[in-house]
Amino acid sequence: MSKALQVVDLSMKFGDQEIFNKLNFSLEQGSMTALLGPNGAGKTTLVRILMGMLTPTKGYYDLADDVKVGYVPQFRNIDPDYPLSIRSFIELNTPFFKSQKVKDQVNHILQETYLKGLADIRMGEASGGQKQRAYLAQALLDQPNFIILDEATASLDPKAKEELMNLIAHLNEEHKMTVLFVTHDLALAKRYMKDYLYLSGGTVQQGKMADFKERFN
Amino acid sequence: MFAYEFMRNAFWAATFIAITCGVVGVYVVARNFSFLAHTLSEIGFAGAAFAVLMGLKPLTGMLIFALLGSIGVGELSMRTEQKESSISAISALFVGLGILFLSLSSSASSYATNILFGSIIGVSRSSVYQLVGLSIIVLILILAIQRPINYDSFDHIGAVAHHLNTGLVGVLFLVALAMAVSIGSQVVGSMLVFVLLTMPPSTAKYLGKSIPSMIAWSVGLALAGVWIGLCLGYITNWPVTFFISIIEVGAYLSVYFTHSRRKRV
Repeated sequence: MSKALQVVDLSMKFGDQEIFNKLNFSLEQGSMTALLGPNGAGKTTLVRILMGMLTPTKGYYDLADDVKVGYVPQFRNIDPDYPLSIRSFIELNTPFFKSQKVKDQVNHILQETYLKGLADIRMGEASGGQKQRAYLAQALLDQPNFIILDEATASLDPKAKEELMNLIAHLNEEHKMTVLFVTHDLALAKRYMKDYLYLSGGTVQQGKMADFKERFN
Repeated sequence: MFAYEFMRNAFWAATFIAITCGVVGVYVVARNFSFLAHTLSEIGFAGAAFAVLMGLKPLTGMLIFALLGSIGVGELSMRTEQKESSISAISALFVGLGILFLSLSSSASSYATNILFGSIIGVSRSSVYQLVGLSIIVLILILAIQRPINYDSFDHIGAVAHHLNTGLVGVLFLVALAMAVSIGSQVVGSMLVFVLLTMPPSTAKYLGKSIPSMIAWSVGLALAGVWIGLCLGYITNWPVTFFISIIEVGAYLSVYFTHSRRKRV
């Protein structure tokens, strides 16, 4: 299998504070990896570097030429009065006058993320699980083949967690999408993810999820 | 009523201003810029007063001050932790300056009333052309950046994650806002321009679920407010600004309470 991402000697410091030092790892195309680690280990920082939103202090990363990354950030500003419907939220990064192709694409993604019948609900009134699926759907509109989700299940109830994880598993199995899933939820990671990256104390370990033995908060 | 040229001028000017404020207002509310819009109108007031002192047109001074102020205040509101206090300080400074400029010029009281509370009935034909031209520029600017401004205003975090140049979008929007404030002040005055910029879009937030529908509601409500306000002003001889304010606030409160009741049920 070819590599989707190669990280080489990646280091990051904020002022004097070292977040991580010389990280080396790679992700295969179509892999499903949990990015684990205690609070403050630098998981979000690593993701933000991979998304080009932060510049590493040293080292580099390489994405394969045919890789297109989609990103679902950890926090969103959606208050209970937020007016847009789920459909309008997903369509935010599309032209004002939408072609039939764009409309079809949005409908297809709504279907795939189990949001078709909920498309007219306001985002502010949607449940946590519906919101997370809408965030994912918005990222999927770019047709990525590598998706990074940052703590996507953190505030969800068990049923919503399961729905989202099944959806992510579906994307990985049916569409061969590479998944990097940042989480604190070890039980969930063991159930759904195949590989792990464990970021702790400024270093990274990599392996099969079934072999993961560490404990962290 | 339309037999009088001043009423025809007033309707034309008010129509374009309502459309502009209705459109720009949707983004003002989405970006939580209501307070900033109010501050810009106060900076604009100082600009208009300065223009009067210099013997220029109030609109010219207002545009210059509001455009310069929008960049300064916008930067401050994005970077400073003490956002509200620093914007309040700037507000106070410019209102003070405006009062000084007016007191230094000879025609203080009538100009002050016009700038602060609006003077739509006195708009000349040439001013109408000017206002319509400026409104069209603002609308073209918003249309030109509609995709990034929609994304950035309604999902800033998503827009940043998509590598959108949110800084540039923010600056261009502040320019559009400064122009909208300056032209809106010609109808309702700088004291109450935020009525047109915030009330119709705040009401539209409860009525529309997509950006085009919110814009349609916002423009519709702004148009209804200025048109009915002008008619009532003509009939009663009371200030048009008063009628526009109570129409927009009344519409907002009735929609807000209906929405809250529906949510509770």
